[in-house]
Amino acid sequence: MSIAELSRMARGRGGPKARQKMPDNKPALVFLGPWLIGAICLMIGPIIASLVLSFTNYNLLQPAKFVGFDNFIRMLSDPRLRKSLEVTSLYVLISVPGQLLAALLLAILLNRGLRGVTIYRAAFYLPSLLGSSVAIAVLWRQVFGAQGLFNAMLGMIGIHTEISWIGDSSTALGTLILLHVWTFGSPMVIFLAGLRQIPTELYEAATTDGANAWQQFKSVTMPLLTPIIFFNLVLAVINSFASFTQAFIVSGGTGAPADSTLFYTLYLYQEGFGSFRMGYASALAWLLVIIVGAATAILFWTSKFWVHYED
Amino acid sequence: MKTDSTTLQAPPRAKTARLRFPPRRPDPVAITPAPTPAAKSGRRGQTRRRVLAVVKHVCLILLVVVALYPVIWMLVSSLRPDGQIFSNPSIIPTTLHWENYTYGWTALTKPFSTYLVNSLLVVVAAIAGNLITCSMAAYAFARLKFRFQKPAFAFMLVTIMIPIHVVIVPQYILWSQLGLVNTFWPLIIPKFCATDAFFTFLMVQFIRGLPKSLDEAARIDGAGHGQIFFRILLPLMTPALATTTIFTFIWTWNDFFAQMIYLTDPKLYTVSIALRAYIDAQTSSSYGAMFAMSMVSIIPVVLIFIFGQKYLVQGIATTGLK
Repeated sequence: MSIAELSRMARGRGGPKARQKMPDNKPALVFLGPWLIGAICLMIGPIIASLVLSFTNYNLLQPAKFVGFDNFIRMLSDPRLRKSLEVTSLYVLISVPGQLLAALLLAILLNRGLRGVTIYRAAFYLPSLLGSSVAIAVLWRQVFGAQGLFNAMLGMIGIHTEISWIGDSSTALGTLILLHVWTFGSPMVIFLAGLRQIPTELYEAATTDGANAWQQFKSVTMPLLTPIIFFNLVLAVINSFASFTQAFIVSGGTGAPADSTLFYTLYLYQEGFGSFRMGYASALAWLLVIIVGAATAILFWTSKFWVHYED
Repeated sequence: MKTDSTTLQAPPRAKTARLRFPPRRPDPVAITPAPTPAAKSGRRGQTRRRVLAVVKHVCLILLVVVALYPVIWMLVSSLRPDGQIFSNPSIIPTTLHWENYTYGWTALTKPFSTYLVNSLLVVVAAIAGNLITCSMAAYAFARLKFRFQKPAFAFMLVTIMIPIHVVIVPQYILWSQLGLVNTFWPLIIPKFCATDAFFTFLMVQFIRGLPKSLDEAARIDGAGHGQIFFRILLPLMTPALATTTIFTFIWTWNDFFAQMIYLTDPKLYTVSIALRAYIDAQTSSSYGAMFAMSMVSIIPVVLIFIFGQKYLVQGIATTGLK
């Protein structure tokens, strides 16, 4: 009797196939138990509930009332929604490239065998840890207030002004964009890690071929860094669409002045938890998902044209 | 020159890129002397490089000062009497006005220690939850075979991308139906359900990097999944666990949105919510106290940053966490 036959016998009739199709699920169920409960009760359930709620009027007190597409129709003619979309797009379009550009420049500056890289890296990284805290938002309110640090600095170089950068509807968003750019440290660290992956041989070869620093940057560094840029870009876009705390604190929760800092999430919060229009807030949440999803999809589509993958 | 740039992307070079030696810094300009041109102008090139390095350091130090100026200024201003804060943009300490701290500590209905304790409670629970449940889930995804493994893993990844705002309304309704609004539970229970999928993913990646022969050897010795997980893998996962701890600490400590929604009772306020209450309660004349408490609120983050830097950088570099 051959070994193959023996083993077939040992596995029993129809054994092997049944075994393969039905792996032992019990240990997985134990290890995944908490996650499974969370996924069902805190993710899938709420996602479905949010979808259902978006077709209702619900204020927590009275039972939800089905209203069909009313919430979505209302969106079309909601001036504050339009304003919040404008504000958020402007914010994303300026702060994301600004932040990534700063991150990239500093990463390149820090990469070339500099002494004390770790100290610089730490110093530049600190703001991105603090940037989302209420404390920094409080600080920002003061710095860009009428009698704030920024105006005091301007005064020192001879520009005397009493503008409240936070209080002026044409500059308030700018201060928030600046705050976002200020947190360039985390993409910078990712860029630095990416730069280190570029093999030294490429630069050696480029130098032998007579390429100068700029040509090396253009033909070696940039192409090999594009996957990292893309990764950072996707992350930054998703994160900046979800920005909330800074606009909330700086504007006192209102989106003031004149709704110029009314981030989408802030508007969603006001509708859901300020006015308790849970149905409309859910519809707004879904619009956000669609917008972020579309933005990400567009980014992925464009990546074909500029992201360089080695193979 | 043009031909150079095209040959740079030629396939043979691309192949060398895949030969990955232990990480090293590409450093051709600063250290490796360029063969022909630099050899001729040896010493002059060296001094030039040295001057360049000095210029670079000066620029970088200036940038560091600019980047950290607001925070340092806040620290210095928190030790100035209110009257001086507005007029003084410098970061040279002039006074040690500790009264801001003592006044700020008690300016709200509860002493600031209450809020610190509340924040710490939520943070510690969140860390425990993430460490336990994310590592368990990661073990299952990385080492076990089970039905619907692929869709489950895909769903886990998708939840990383889903903004909290989509689920916050139904979640709020759920917690309010359960009567748990104005308790810490809505902030803690989700962490014990591995909802921070970032960390699960981080740990899955980490476990995948550990040799499977370890598990198999243990299994031959008669170890079950529990033993393999606790005795073999968990001790090896320390770096991933450290990264998770640090990021959970910082994110939860800084969190504002969820804490504001669920905690409206002043005695349950966390540091974030308390600071916001300062803005509402105080007029602009008490910036000193507000800065003082802002400083108190960021000190834990700065400490964690100083002591956990290694794991922070590792975590960001491998997964792109913020």
